[in-house]
Amino acid sequence: MVASVTLDNVTISYNRHPAVHHVSGTFEQGTLTAITGPNGAGKSTLLKAIAGILPAHEGHIRIDGASKDRIAYLPQASEMQRDFPMSVLHMITTGFWFQTGSTGTITPAMKAQASDALTAVGLRGFEKRDLSSLSAGQFQRALFARLMVQDASIMLLDEPFTAIDESTTVHLLDIILRWHREKRTVICVLHDFEQIKKYFPECVLLAGECIAWGSPAKALHPENLLSARFFREDWNANVAICERAV
Amino acid sequence: MSLYEYAFQPFADYAFMRRALVACMALSLGGAPLGVFLVLRRMTLVGDAMSHAILPGVSVAFLLFGLSLWPLTIGGMIAGLLVALAAGAITHLTQLKEDASFTGMSTISLAIGVLLISTHGNSIDLMHVLFGNVLAVDNQSLLLVSGIASVSTLVLAILYRSLIIECFDPGFMQAVRGKGTLTHQLFLILVMFNLVSAFQAIGTMMALGIMVLPAIAARFWTKNIDMAIGLSVALGLCSAYVGLLLSYHYNLPSGPAIVLTAGSLYLLSVLFGWHGSITSRLIPHKHFAH
Repeated sequence: MVASVTLDNVTISYNRHPAVHHVSGTFEQGTLTAITGPNGAGKSTLLKAIAGILPAHEGHIRIDGASKDRIAYLPQASEMQRDFPMSVLHMITTGFWFQTGSTGTITPAMKAQASDALTAVGLRGFEKRDLSSLSAGQFQRALFARLMVQDASIMLLDEPFTAIDESTTVHLLDIILRWHREKRTVICVLHDFEQIKKYFPECVLLAGECIAWGSPAKALHPENLLSARFFREDWNANVAICERAV
Repeated sequence: MSLYEYAFQPFADYAFMRRALVACMALSLGGAPLGVFLVLRRMTLVGDAMSHAILPGVSVAFLLFGLSLWPLTIGGMIAGLLVALAAGAITHLTQLKEDASFTGMSTISLAIGVLLISTHGNSIDLMHVLFGNVLAVDNQSLLLVSGIASVSTLVLAILYRSLIIECFDPGFMQAVRGKGTLTHQLFLILVMFNLVSAFQAIGTMMALGIMVLPAIAARFWTKNIDMAIGLSVALGLCSAYVGLLLSYHYNLPSGPAIVLTAGSLYLLSVLFGWHGSITSRLIPHKHFAH
């Protein structure tokens, strides 16, 4: 079940401008890590690269102890078509992709498992509801139910609590902590420093480059936050080629 | 005139009407489910562009072989595939979005088609290709239409879950290595094949109507994709039947008659549908207790 993710001098760029710049480090097996940093710091980009959606232009991302299909990825809510005409249960059963592929049958056992997941996220009885009828918070809960049925050893969550109220956030955080107890490797992009300090043992402060990686108390030290804030203030279109050795 | 004479006699009396009916029903069965996905993927205009893209292939085949089934079909498919591949490659390799790259390639393709016809041929027969002629549906073309409809329904069944996920949550599809791009390309090819196969019964230019109109009408009646597909097939079959009858009794071209029937069903749905129609929004409803 356990798995780790190692970044080896990873650079990911858009139009040759690096969004993630020479980042190295390891998300150890069973750790719970928050990635934070200013807007445009490359947090989502890094998560997508670990999920295998974006290629690393330089360096390597290594997944140990799990096949790549044991990664579950929760995109930002804005990247989904929320009014898609299907039921909540239908959406959650898409999480069984690795068992079913495009053509396999959704078994009654899978449906029962999906219903249990719904109950666990506090949406008991929502099986037949249309996705379009869900509030933002209910929708996010339903996506967490899908993550649960995916049963992955590495969980990647991109801003799971944006536009989510406090009680839902607490509930979903509880599920994340349960995944941590189950020794899954959880990586979560977040903006709320208090939340990170309270719940997350590990923290990565990203600002294009990795500013700090360690306990939240250390990583979110005011000195680090200051250097993160001045990131890319000198951005311009005629920037020189990066000469740093690969 | 009794109901039997009006609604059934034409099909009992004339083999060409029976063939046309079967062909149009096959087109609805194959096309309407694709239409539902075109709507959900916000690609209806890409479908429109594709129906134009077929023209130069059909015109070249027409100039070389005359009004003959297989050359026209193959010509149309080659032109459609070339445009779909070129537009797909441009979308993939450059910053252009799909709608723009498709419109770009298909207008070029359409212009080539028009150029070929206007300099080389007489365009009366080509009108049949563009707007349909039920009399032209022979057993061979019936086989072609029903063959393409069957294959396309089977392929759609295989792609069904992938298409839904790719559409609802493309990030998930990429993360699970679900071959979203391949799914998308196969889907486009299915759409193109169905457009080409429609050229004799209702015409290439009208084919998109029978694909998309039932699908957008269905959106006003259900919020469930399985129901939407069932309903759009039913509406398509209805339009094919009623449209052919109108075409027979009032001596109208079959393509526009069928598409206008589907269009009327769509406009009725816009007015009276259960979900988000004009009346459902205008009539004040008392709200629920919770």
